Amino acid sequence: MEAPPGSSKKPLWTEEFSVHAADDRYVLRRQFTKFLTLTSFGMLVGNGWIYVKSLLDARTRGAALPRAVIASSAEVPVGGVKLFRYPTPQDPCILVRSAGAQLVAYSQKCTHLSCAVVYSSENHRLECPCHQGYFSIQTGRVLQGPPPRPLPRIVIEERDGQIFATGIQIQEEGA
Amino acid sequence: MKSLPHEARRKRRVAIDAALLFVVILLIVQMWLLTATLESYLAGHKSVALPGFLASAVLFGACVAIYFFVERLDRAPEREEEPYGIGPWDIH
Repeated sequence: MEAPPGSSKKPLWTEEFSVHAADDRYVLRRQFTKFLTLTSFGMLVGNGWIYVKSLLDARTRGAALPRAVIASSAEVPVGGVKLFRYPTPQDPCILVRSAGAQLVAYSQKCTHLSCAVVYSSENHRLECPCHQGYFSIQTGRVLQGPPPRPLPRIVIEERDGQIFATGIQIQEEGA
Repeated sequence: MKSLPHEARRKRRVAIDAALLFVVILLIVQMWLLTATLESYLAGHKSVALPGFLASAVLFGACVAIYFFVERLDRAPEREEEPYGIGPWDIH
């Protein structure tokens, strides 16, 4: 729509094309710079969330993990596997009595993308079927594949024909 | 937006290009910092959370400083607006 001749009112096109053509590149970059500053704030919020989470973890760390019966010794023969949840129902774990009659338990969540690891008795290792991440059955350390860290180890105790979970041991890389 | 003389416009474009480049570099470092902090936290190294947060705050502060620099560019002295009806887009 054009402004009537002699009118002091600005024509409509000046509202719709409010930026001078020569300033177009400047305006685009200015807007993008402001958007990136907002993204930077998002990153700060992410780091803040990690910090708050670590503070909350420190607060709950004082409380000892529960001692829970996870299986009877008879349930896990040599080469046998038992799945259980510890310390909460949202934490799946795997208990294995390996060929050497050694009893070990790990978190079942792969440290790559949290797929469930399974015990391979032929290869004598824990395997993540999603991306072929393999873990040592003796130590939980990464043997092959994309997982960046060893599996958290569940501290267990066998007494009077019962197997108890008593804690979680986060393992260092290269353990 | 009011129009600027050619030389002022060119200087302002160079300034915004430099500001944008700085912000992009800071953001890449901040992204790396976030992933590295998260990775360490998940690996059980909880003590890195605070230094990671502080470093991220410093980087964000630098981004905000650049943001205010860009804001100041907008408030640079401007010339009188050119009259309408000049140039090929004259539709009066």
